[in-house]
Amino acid sequence: MLTVPYVTSYLSEHFGDDAFRTLEGYRARGGYQAAKKALTEMSPEDVVELVKTAGLQGRGGAGFSTGLKWSFMPKETDKPKYLACNADESEPGSFKDRILLERGPHQMLEGILIAAWATGAEKTFVYVRGEYAYPARCLQQAIDEAEAAGILGANVMGTGFRHDVVLMRGAGAYICGEETGLLESLEGKKGQPRKKPPFPAQYGAFGMPTTVNNVETFCHVPHILTRGADWFRGFGTEKSPGTTIFGVSGHVVRPGLYELPLGTRLDEIVFEHAGGVPDGRKVKGVIPGGMSMPVLPASMLDVPMANESLRERKTMLGTGGIMVMDETTCMVRAACVITYFFRDESCGQCTQCREGTGWMNRIVERIERGAGTHEDLEVLLDVCGKMEGQTICAFADAAAWPVQGLLRHFREDFEEHVRRQKCPFPDSFEL
Amino acid sequence: MSLSEQVRDGIAREMAKYPKKRGALLPALHLAQAELGHISVETAKELAEVFEIRPIDVMEVVSFYNMFYDRPQGRHHVYVCTNLPCSLRGARTLMRGIEARLGIEAGETTADGRITLGHEECLGACAYAPMLRVGGTYHEDLDLEKAMQILDGLE
Repeated sequence: MLTVPYVTSYLSEHFGDDAFRTLEGYRARGGYQAAKKALTEMSPEDVVELVKTAGLQGRGGAGFSTGLKWSFMPKETDKPKYLACNADESEPGSFKDRILLERGPHQMLEGILIAAWATGAEKTFVYVRGEYAYPARCLQQAIDEAEAAGILGANVMGTGFRHDVVLMRGAGAYICGEETGLLESLEGKKGQPRKKPPFPAQYGAFGMPTTVNNVETFCHVPHILTRGADWFRGFGTEKSPGTTIFGVSGHVVRPGLYELPLGTRLDEIVFEHAGGVPDGRKVKGVIPGGMSMPVLPASMLDVPMANESLRERKTMLGTGGIMVMDETTCMVRAACVITYFFRDESCGQCTQCREGTGWMNRIVERIERGAGTHEDLEVLLDVCGKMEGQTICAFADAAAWPVQGLLRHFREDFEEHVRRQKCPFPDSFEL
Repeated sequence: MSLSEQVRDGIAREMAKYPKKRGALLPALHLAQAELGHISVETAKELAEVFEIRPIDVMEVVSFYNMFYDRPQGRHHVYVCTNLPCSLRGARTLMRGIEARLGIEAGETTADGRITLGHEECLGACAYAPMLRVGGTYHEDLDLEKAMQILDGLE
């Protein structure tokens, strides 16, 4: 059962308290004071500047500067402006947005209100993945409460500022977590990503200027408003400030959520917080940031969980979804699961991705069956190279990176399958 | 079967939330499917009229999203997550066990029309694996016996 983080910090400190989910309980903990301060004491430019100074980076995977993104919204325009909240959390290994929606929906709504003030947006569309029926109910309840109390609607907290929040449920498509796929889906279409430019800040939802931020990104904002940029920079590293909620899954003693500063070492999270691998087995590899991010071998876990240090090891923070694989794990089987997923979820627009994901999946399944050849490994790398950077959106890159990572660090697993013409890992997880 | 007044009213309320009415197409499909069980070509034609688009525009959306069905389904949708975090913790072994007990394979419906079984991609329950979803409800930290207890309890 989804449980509150084992380690908490400012985002999740009240998640164990049922009252925090209600407007009354949230207000009792100082809730909506930050939004009030922004709307009554600060100009939109002040808010953007503060969030820039704090150095908040988007927590949906790409890690772009939130303040900078907000500043791209046109100031002089007669078009309505929108925000979109990306709650389509579908990156395998990620489940932090779920707890943020279930246990702290008002915290996110407050972040949305502040972002709306900063960007001049009149409406936010929150796009919740269709499978998250319960988190969606929790959020809708909070929206209804906030509307009834005049915190959302035509006259936000008596300031004359208008802001409405609309919850929309997706219907099971990973690609709708890509920001322009999300916008297409909001418009009632297939979630096929758009070519950029134009960027969403110019031409977003329904053709209007739109900023898309992740659930967790919004949740940090009220804390920055209340306690300031210096306080926020007291967490994390110089380049990656603040905390994030890491999700740890796979072969560990205590799988779950951990809110820790960015820059916390991966081995500290895996061994100290999550208790390491059960029954004295050893770690073989760890995927550090959701399934799209390249795996790291056991020898490379002494890395701070921040993009600037993970990039040096050819991987990234992504969504902070950490998957631990023990020494019994067959990395070719892992590749089978990973490539099947991307093959299944490719939206089909770009040939390189539609065909490439199928090629990758067929090759690794052939190798796992014992019918692979040494040339297959070269073809696999060649296909990856022809997908990366060649398509409308980053999905094809996200499909190629994990395969490249597995071949970089566990090529021996693949070669051993080819040499023995069978899977040499009888104790690995079942396919 | 055609769309009830309730569904039509619900769709009208959804349309009011979006700057263009087509924005309400996914919500409308959720509403229609909740009542009818799936989106038939007939339903798509009715929705197309409501939205002033072509029936094919509706059906291409239905076929794009995993959660919309273009044909009749079992009374309960049982989906086992088989993505990597769940597979590492035995999800595929669980799936085989459920298939054997129900006497069907993933993708099929039991002969009594009670359960449609399927694989599903990551459901955001990675630390509580293996898990399955029955409609909108998650069941986590499962083994085969716990899973079968849940499935046996479905009418």
